[in-house]
Amino acid sequence: MMMILGIPAPLLFGQLLLGLINGAFYALLSLGLAIIFGMLNIVNFAHGALFMLGAFTAWGLLNYLGIGYWAALVLAPLLVGVFGVVLERLFISRLYKLDHLYGLLLTFGLALILEGLVRNFYGSSGLPYAIPSQLQGAQNLGFMILPNYRAWVVVAAVIVCLATWLIIEKTSIGAKLRAATENAPLVQSFGINVPRMITLTYAAGVALAAFAGVLAAPIYSVNPNMGTNFIITVFAVVVIGGMGSILGSIVTGFGLGIVEGLTRVFYPEGSATVVFVVMVIVLLARPAGLFGRAH
Amino acid sequence: MQLSRRALLGTAAAIPALAATRPARAQRPVLKIGVLTDLSGPYQDIVGPLTVDAVKLAVADFGVSAKGFDVEVVAADHQNKPDIGSNIARQWYDRDGVDVIMEGGSSAVALAVAGVAKDKNKAYINSGAATSDLTGAQCNACTLHWTYDTYMLAKSTGAAMVKAGGDSWFFITADYAFGHALSRDVGNFVTKAGGKLLGGVRTPFPGTTDFSSYLLQAQSSGAKVIGLANAGSDTANCIKQAKEFGITASLAGLLVFLSDIHSLGLDVCQGLVLTESFYWNHNDRTRAFSDRLWKLAPGRRPGMAQAGPYSSAIHYLKGAVEMGPAAIKKDGAATIAQLKKMPTDDDVFGPGVIRQDGRKLHPSFLFQVKKPSESKGAWDYYNLIGTTPADEAFRPMAEGGCSLVKA
Repeated sequence: MMMILGIPAPLLFGQLLLGLINGAFYALLSLGLAIIFGMLNIVNFAHGALFMLGAFTAWGLLNYLGIGYWAALVLAPLLVGVFGVVLERLFISRLYKLDHLYGLLLTFGLALILEGLVRNFYGSSGLPYAIPSQLQGAQNLGFMILPNYRAWVVVAAVIVCLATWLIIEKTSIGAKLRAATENAPLVQSFGINVPRMITLTYAAGVALAAFAGVLAAPIYSVNPNMGTNFIITVFAVVVIGGMGSILGSIVTGFGLGIVEGLTRVFYPEGSATVVFVVMVIVLLARPAGLFGRAH
Repeated sequence: MQLSRRALLGTAAAIPALAATRPARAQRPVLKIGVLTDLSGPYQDIVGPLTVDAVKLAVADFGVSAKGFDVEVVAADHQNKPDIGSNIARQWYDRDGVDVIMEGGSSAVALAVAGVAKDKNKAYINSGAATSDLTGAQCNACTLHWTYDTYMLAKSTGAAMVKAGGDSWFFITADYAFGHALSRDVGNFVTKAGGKLLGGVRTPFPGTTDFSSYLLQAQSSGAKVIGLANAGSDTANCIKQAKEFGITASLAGLLVFLSDIHSLGLDVCQGLVLTESFYWNHNDRTRAFSDRLWKLAPGRRPGMAQAGPYSSAIHYLKGAVEMGPAAIKKDGAATIAQLKKMPTDDDVFGPGVIRQDGRKLHPSFLFQVKKPSESKGAWDYYNLIGTTPADEAFRPMAEGGCSLVKA
């Protein structure tokens, strides 16, 4: 068996693939965060809780309404997106002119409330959510067994990330959005309803988080803490990629998933902190992040 | 704020009213039991609110009103953090007049609180933590260890699996006090029984949700058994993901509770071998206890770490009757010494004894999770496949390194 750096090659390739799959979640979540920060200048600490809400909504759709996974992939982001609209109109829109810190505090408080409410009604052990029958089973790749569902996660994440990037960078609505963040009064004078666009942008970021939540529900324990486990790492990913850079968050998300996967092989105890070590190094060398532009 | 004459007069008038509402000197002494547990985190369903209800049930079942004193039960959340746990313990013992702390979950908090109890000479009866060090190198005269420990789990599950053919092991260990103790104790049993330890990996705790990488490492080591030296959602994720990745090695759930099986479902867990010292559906006494608890807190059946505090509370109250409430409030070491002298008997564990090193003895049971077709309903999850009698289930006192044990 070929050995690379003391690790059997099949194990290494397997870990790289697993890292890519985790990277898919990081990319999706950091994409939503980057959109919200880039367009709204709000540090959305509620992102992890909204990810968790997406998973719980999928579970709720199945258990209370009998709606399965495939419909939930569309419905749950929609429902959580509507909830995001409510949040934005009621709370977040009041903070745009204020210091970043207020947005951080508000969204952090919202996250605590959401997690506490869910924990109060559903406990902390987690709820079961099965992998849809069409995606059960696994492929034997020779160097590891790859569950079909995990392959689907990577494919879905890549498609959604690319679609989002295309919309923001290559369509006219994306151009209007980017213009509105740079100079809102000027764009508004063109007759474009900027506040509504901002609300919908927040809802879109939230919907991305919820979509990641539905993807996560069959493979991770659907419990109130599932967001907190991800959110800190995702923030580090966004900072490394460059706050507000869409492409940066996608590339960095996948990249850091792989770095974390490799750390798990060579030094597992450090796998929770390696992202932050990378973040410190990147910030020392390029304070605006890998793809960011200095504001 | 403007101080008006009216405000000052109003405040002055209110003070006697406040003083008057303080109750007259109590006629009956009040014992205060503090239940310190994980009320909101990953171990909430393994210990958590049901442990508080179990202690309240013990107070009600004991019938304290007829015994000449009252009992107050308070609860707090240690969030699995030793600094928070020891701060609450200090505050309770020093300021709030708590006489005994009964705790569930988190070995790290248990060790910290045991130290506080010793400093303050107050009683501490732990029933949820796993580390066998509580009655070993870290034992003290103010602490008792109830329900289970890593040695009991290791001997029951570890030895049984090696006997059944699982002679090569790989550990996935939660990287903190509990995980280390569990994998150490099980590893010792496996090697003593003739098995081999092929390696292990330590996973950051808390915060790891994806164990696929570690499971793959375990698979590639070629071990026949993957020992899960973790608990709660960590174990649940390992079991779920092992099924997803088609892991062929047997999984040994080294610390699995009824609530974990409930949340994962029989479909995923069937055939899993685990050890608990209590099962609600085991005999008539345990069923009666569980039904009484259901009336108080419907919806969940207790696992061993939730039923344990009932037993320790009953025994503590028996001690209070023997010693008198004044004596039991004054001296923690004397309380623990008295409790060690008395044999125990309750609906949860049946008859038992407490050793010099603070270890409570009762039999341990090896269970196998039922197939979905075998289960008659919710919470009916276990088949009993083995019993280790009380005098063999725990580490021999001489081997623990406890300073209290006279040679």
